[in-house]
Amino acid sequence: MPDTLLFAMEATLNGLTAGVMYALVALGFVLIFKASGIFNFAQGVMALFAALTLVGLQSGQIPFSHLINAAFGTRVHHFGWNMPTFLAIPATVLVMIGLAVLVERFILKHLVNQEPIILFMATIGLAYFLEGVGDIMWGAEVKALDVGLPKGMSDTVDTLTYNWFGYGFYIDRLELWAAGIAAILVASLTVFSQYTKQGRALRAVADDHQAALSVGISLRFIWVLTWSIAGIVALVAGIMWGSKSGVQFSLSLIALKALPVLILGGFTSIPGAIVGGLIIGVGEKLFDFFMSPIIGGATENWFAYMLALVFLLFRPQGLFGERIIERV
Amino acid sequence: MLYREAGDFKTSYVADSQTFPIKFDRVGYYVLLGFAFLVMPLIINDYWANSIVVPFLIYTIAALGLNILIGYCGQLSLGTGAFMAVGAYGSYKLMTAFPELNIVFVIIIAGFITAGVGVLFGLPSLRIKGFYLAVATLAAQFFLIWLFTRTAWFYNYSPTGMISAPQREVFGFAVTGPRASAVSMYMICLCFLVISAWLARNLTRGSLGRQWMAIRDMDIAAEIIGVNPLMAKLTAFAVSSFFIGISGALLFAVYLGAAEAGEAFGIDKSFLVLFMVIIGGLGSIFGAFAGAFFLIVGPVLLKLLLVNGLGWPTDLAAHLEIMIIGALILVFLILEPHGIAALWRTIKEKLRLWPFPY
Repeated sequence: MPDTLLFAMEATLNGLTAGVMYALVALGFVLIFKASGIFNFAQGVMALFAALTLVGLQSGQIPFSHLINAAFGTRVHHFGWNMPTFLAIPATVLVMIGLAVLVERFILKHLVNQEPIILFMATIGLAYFLEGVGDIMWGAEVKALDVGLPKGMSDTVDTLTYNWFGYGFYIDRLELWAAGIAAILVASLTVFSQYTKQGRALRAVADDHQAALSVGISLRFIWVLTWSIAGIVALVAGIMWGSKSGVQFSLSLIALKALPVLILGGFTSIPGAIVGGLIIGVGEKLFDFFMSPIIGGATENWFAYMLALVFLLFRPQGLFGERIIERV
Repeated sequence: MLYREAGDFKTSYVADSQTFPIKFDRVGYYVLLGFAFLVMPLIINDYWANSIVVPFLIYTIAALGLNILIGYCGQLSLGTGAFMAVGAYGSYKLMTAFPELNIVFVIIIAGFITAGVGVLFGLPSLRIKGFYLAVATLAAQFFLIWLFTRTAWFYNYSPTGMISAPQREVFGFAVTGPRASAVSMYMICLCFLVISAWLARNLTRGSLGRQWMAIRDMDIAAEIIGVNPLMAKLTAFAVSSFFIGISGALLFAVYLGAAEAGEAFGIDKSFLVLFMVIIGGLGSIFGAFAGAFFLIVGPVLLKLLLVNGLGWPTDLAAHLEIMIIGALILVFLILEPHGIAALWRTIKEKLRLWPFPY
């Protein structure tokens, strides 16, 4: 088999695993958009915040230690203990749920019935706020996140592909794990929304806020629920990205990458988020592979957005989205 | 008793439809203009010009432009940073290719180039709207910045990848380059701002502005009553990008002097200008001024207070600043979705009725 084809196949596989990572972030967007019609720009920062909190709890950092030190002249930084991962993750989940309650109480409640564009800008404000809070709470330096997931080259894939093609593909084991976890996440979300009472209520709210209110569904509870779930999805995404490349500010920019994923998949479709993520992941890896010798590298920065732009012109509702009908 | 329409009789339609119908406002406006043109140049020094006044003037032009697009025409754009970069690189290429050309014309032509690019990226707005359009403009943001950092022609093959403004003069005073004085920097930015604001005000209250507002309020209904959405949206993109391009050119040539696309015109610039428009007030010329003033002066004051006043480390102050800006956006959206401009309107209404409550 020619080398180029092999390399392209490897790039495709890497693209698929990268796509899973994008899909994880996009999933959180879709959940909130379906339940409250809000396009949550803060999803990426939520992932960053969750990962920062997890690292901070694991290493026993004192929250706001910089601020306390600056304000009172003290020199506190660590509690002096390390929290094991199996405790730190539930604790972070609790923090994310608390965040969801606060967001509902202080922001969403006051913005009921506003235009979607106002809500969108409010989430941009929330993103900035959370970013600042995260930095002040846990410090802004790059942190390594280790929750015990395997890392490095997968030997199984390497030997397997070597036996088949005579060339071993490089796949990170972490990304294989991410794919597995994403599959479990999607399956459990589907089960939750299809077969539980709260899930049904969630879908009812997504369908029609007022009708859902009139049959006695508490809108505020549903919002807290969705934002909590989105927070947990953000935590999963934060763990994956954080273990891959360290917990740092660039994590929140991944949220921007999730936007074209959503456009491809449609804003309201969970499978769409997955498929969209895979298309973007494979597309940008292959495009970079074939085009970077011609037009220069780092096309990954913009390829996804351009693809989305072209796609929008032909199918504005996305691959799996509901048809957009406008009335006067 | 001063703040009244009563007794101020208008005898022509022109007088009736003027921008400041109340005499007190009118006088205040001319006093402010006189102060800006005659007194400020005498008292301005390097520190004030560099930290507050010049960035305020330049960002106000950008906010005016973005306000036309978002506030008047209702098209959300996150590509402001890239359009400013188009203005900056356009002016750089013109300055180096035609050294004889006056800098004022260079900046205006750079504005027109940006308008062209803006129209190009505004084309998708005919089919898509809202968040979808925001993503389309994100494509502009990332693609253009990539183009400017990767294509050596744009930065004249300079080894650092930076563009730096050569010295250019207006009436014998250096306005760009290292030898430009605070006064000349201030004056050129002020002139551009006053003309831009005058243009924006008169465009938005004319037939074009009404078309934009009709599209913003409900595009399908506007189309039915005879507004051409193609023309309305594309002119909004063109005019908005023109102003943004001018502000980008001024930011690079006059204020920064040297710039690198990813550093100076990244996505955070897009958000900064967007925040100015939101905090100042969507769909208001005064709002652009208020928002830019707030977001330029606020961080400087905060930094003075925390770093110089309390002796806190700068990185902590920077994080607090991000947090406070985010919180302010939320507070404004919840309490006063129409921004500082709406507060100002309320104050004016109260003044007119004073001393009676209503």
